[in-house]
Amino acid sequence: MQARPRDGGHRLRLARLGLLALALVASASLGARTDADAQEGDTGTTTTAPTSGQQPAAESIRGRIRDEDRRPIEGVELAVRRGNRTIGEATTDGEGVWEVPVPSPGTYQVTIDTDSLSRGAELRDPDRATIDVDVGPEQNKGVIFPIGEPRTSGVQAGSRFFNLVGQGIRVGAVLAVASIGLSLIYGVTGFVNFSHGELVTWGALIAFYFSATVGGPEIPLPLATVLAMLFGGVLGFALERGLFGPLRHRRSGNVSLIVVSIGLGLLLRNVFQIVFGERPRPYSDYTVQENVEIGPFALPPKDFVIIGVSIVVLIGVGLLLQRSRIGTAMRAVADDRDLAAASGINVDRIILAVWIMGAGLAALGGVFQGISDRVIFDMGFALLLLMFAAVILGGLGTAYGAMVGGLLIGVVTEVSTYWIESKYKLAAALAVLILVVLVRPQGILGRAERVG
Amino acid sequence: MGAELPTREPARTVTTIPPVPGVAKSDPILTVSSLHRRFGGLVAVDVEHLEVERNRITALIGPNGAGKTTLFNLLTGFDHPDRGEWRFDGRSLHRMPAYAVARTGLVRTFQLTKALARMTVLDNMMLAASGQRGERLRNSLFANVWRAQERVLRSRAVDLLERFGLAQMRDDYAGTLSGGQRKLLEIARALMAEPRMLLLDEPTAGVNPALVQSILQHVKSLRDEGMTILFVEHDMDVVMGISDWVVCMTEGWIIAEGVPASIVANEAVIDAYLGARRAEGTR
Amino acid sequence: MDIVGVLADAMRTAVGPIAAAYAIAGIGLNLQFGYTGLLNFGHVAFMLVGAYGTAITVDDGGPLWLGILVGMGAAILLGLLFGLPTLRLRADYLAIVTIAAAEVLRIVVRGGGESSFTHGVFGIQRFANSFFDANPIPGGDYGIGRLSFTQRGLWVLAVGWSVVALTAVLVALIARSPWGRILRAIREDEDAARSLGKNTFVVKLQSLVVGGAIASLAGTLLAIDRQDVRPDTYLPIVTFAIYTMVILGGPATRLGPILGAIVYWFILQFTDSFLREAIDAGWIPTSIISADDIAPVRFALVGLGLMLLMIFRPQGMFGRREEVLIDGR
Repeated sequence: MQARPRDGGHRLRLARLGLLALALVASASLGARTDADAQEGDTGTTTTAPTSGQQPAAESIRGRIRDEDRRPIEGVELAVRRGNRTIGEATTDGEGVWEVPVPSPGTYQVTIDTDSLSRGAELRDPDRATIDVDVGPEQNKGVIFPIGEPRTSGVQAGSRFFNLVGQGIRVGAVLAVASIGLSLIYGVTGFVNFSHGELVTWGALIAFYFSATVGGPEIPLPLATVLAMLFGGVLGFALERGLFGPLRHRRSGNVSLIVVSIGLGLLLRNVFQIVFGERPRPYSDYTVQENVEIGPFALPPKDFVIIGVSIVVLIGVGLLLQRSRIGTAMRAVADDRDLAAASGINVDRIILAVWIMGAGLAALGGVFQGISDRVIFDMGFALLLLMFAAVILGGLGTAYGAMVGGLLIGVVTEVSTYWIESKYKLAAALAVLILVVLVRPQGILGRAERVG
Repeated sequence: MGAELPTREPARTVTTIPPVPGVAKSDPILTVSSLHRRFGGLVAVDVEHLEVERNRITALIGPNGAGKTTLFNLLTGFDHPDRGEWRFDGRSLHRMPAYAVARTGLVRTFQLTKALARMTVLDNMMLAASGQRGERLRNSLFANVWRAQERVLRSRAVDLLERFGLAQMRDDYAGTLSGGQRKLLEIARALMAEPRMLLLDEPTAGVNPALVQSILQHVKSLRDEGMTILFVEHDMDVVMGISDWVVCMTEGWIIAEGVPASIVANEAVIDAYLGARRAEGTR
Repeated sequence: MDIVGVLADAMRTAVGPIAAAYAIAGIGLNLQFGYTGLLNFGHVAFMLVGAYGTAITVDDGGPLWLGILVGMGAAILLGLLFGLPTLRLRADYLAIVTIAAAEVLRIVVRGGGESSFTHGVFGIQRFANSFFDANPIPGGDYGIGRLSFTQRGLWVLAVGWSVVALTAVLVALIARSPWGRILRAIREDEDAARSLGKNTFVVKLQSLVVGGAIASLAGTLLAIDRQDVRPDTYLPIVTFAIYTMVILGGPATRLGPILGAIVYWFILQFTDSFLREAIDAGWIPTSIISADDIAPVRFALVGLGLMLLMIFRPQGMFGRREEVLIDGR
């Protein structure tokens, strides 16, 4: 009840911020720039320009749209943008060829208007109606929009529902693993960490550096995953000891903590972009796999592995929380911080342990996400809203809530594409979140709290 | 305030009421019946019947976790009971939101003071006044609508601050006050809302002994002016010193009520306190 | 390096139409966040509905003034939609739901094809001709050297900064009233305000809605200036940038959001031009930072700035120091 805070507590120990800086510098050693830029894309860009007679402009973006049977599609509309500016638009000719001259080398976004695709043709990957293209000097960059049934087309239409459920379980398992930290950190500190997504990205990037960077250590991905979790734990340690712990001790309100975490997320995300580049890249291992069928689900083997490992990890976390001393202490602190402190638990140590564990799990989730999709600098931020949805649905503050909520959100997101276009699936998940807040704000496993 | 009320000698009238839990009072301002609240498996409040006599100081005592604060929360709309009914001056408060309860004249304070730190002491006071025209968004733009009322309220606030010895700090931020001063400010601020009954949650907790006496003196004189006061207190000396009537809770129940002298001799109360103390000692 | 040119660039951006629009959005956010303490992380959605309300109305043949009103009405509805379910809950829920809802809105607007009424990713262009037809400023350039504006630019500026002044005065007036006193009480301790008979739910909702309606004007101004609306202009980063401005200028101060926006855009543009010149001049090897990295470098600086401000100077450049020295409890 002091009117003025103590001087020592008020000043943030700068030396501890140094730790954070160190962690950031470590990310700079990712050295992604030395990596060969051209990962042969399944979807994406090539430098082979389509054959067309005329003299090309200094720089341009071009391509040819053909259907599955390699017949050209005429009248497809495309737009090339840079940031918010439209550079040009084009319509495919009788050969399916289009070209848009661009003013200078740089990164452009090419968007195909899916409505203009005729004869029921569809993008193979509907999420990639817009592709980022790097155009070099004097280059006529070719862009491919693969047309045809979505990837899982090997399986009959009747089982598409089950495949979506399977994918949903995979997405949900990753979400559950990644968001335990978010929920537990909220549980023990009462603070919603808006930079949690960057902890996820961090893990994916570390694993990328150790396994897939040309000239890097190039160790196998499973080993790199373990390292990613370790580095994740280190980042969690650094953030709690260097930033959020000291802020909590000087009694910064929740509002300031949240704003600080927003700033931190923004900083990390953009540092990741500078270091890693803005293009998504796959790990070198397990990129393309044939689907295998287990029960009603047909998924690539890597997805089954991800689901399996996730379940083991979730059970492990559950056992840790139920059986071990530190887990019991974590639950006690989450339940009532003052009571836990009064009964002799070192609350700061428990909070630190939760940060290390939560960040390590987030890193693991990041690697999983990178394996089943690709690694990109803002992948964690893209997951953040889904993670929020998961932890609120399950009950903010509990580890089990994150697990249940994660699985549910994962399945809802994927299965929703059975009825709605996949570009709306994030919206579907967030709509579920909003609905939950309306109907049962404490979540499935949460409980109402006392005021006053 | 309350000058028309007859000044009675409290001690004499209440001693005629038998010290039985749930006993009826001659002139209750607050009546509670079958109020029930549980958190998960824990019954926090289970009050069969309770009446609070008008124009008296009633103390609510009980060991930690007895449900006193929860009862306060329920009575003032900060929490909602699973079932139960309670009336303030004949008016049911069931399902009423907290702000509406306060507007009926039943105003509470908090165990941890809620001084509005980055507002001045005077603004803390001004906020509490009821029926302000300028509190409507559509009037807020037009100062001519509320300026006169603001002047009247300011002089009332300054009077109250003077009474509580805070007048010279009126332009300081409330966050710069000491713990005891904050408690005083909170009581003064509650009075600014013109209540008929005050619920004080541990008004002397964490306050230095000199200020404790000042706070108690203020509470007594409020009673003498016609105010009804229900307060939670741990310090038995304080309870014995100023209360007219004492209610004791444990584990959500009211186990005893009566005049202070009868409560200290009550076996259930002694058991509850000793039991609680023993449990704490063995921890 | 042309340091004068870099400074002129920065100066022009700092007083430019975008800075004016962000200042308006900041004035709205200041009401919600600065005075009331509401963590609205979906502020950009108010700008989106303002911009699209205007563009769609004109696109469908309505007059511009009607479009502006439609945008504002949509923002009011959006404020109710955000607020009604969440303002009874803990502050964090508002933060999460607003950022989520803003993204849902953007995704839905983006998802429509070119034939839908939002025109999907293609957006809507050239809907503000009537605004520029009404330009009373005679043709020609105004200003000195690189720090000059065209007749068109000056018209947008004049209108933009007038709206800034108007909304700033409006917020200053309502914030110093008894209603504004409730806002600050809610920020400090909502339960205290409730215990004193204040219907904090309604007041919070009003704050959110009024702030949102002001932000819709920011969206409209941006859209008119560019004659172009696109869903991907309205990313969460815009909200975060406005937070940075409001905190930079000093939350709950009258001029904070305006000064914050000016300083923010000055620093941002200065960094941008400076890095560009430095890379061109070969001072910074492209192996470290290339021209493509300038945007992320800028935003990384925004993030770092937001963090450091909140940690070391949460009262902003112009806020009162003693206010934050006070212990919240």
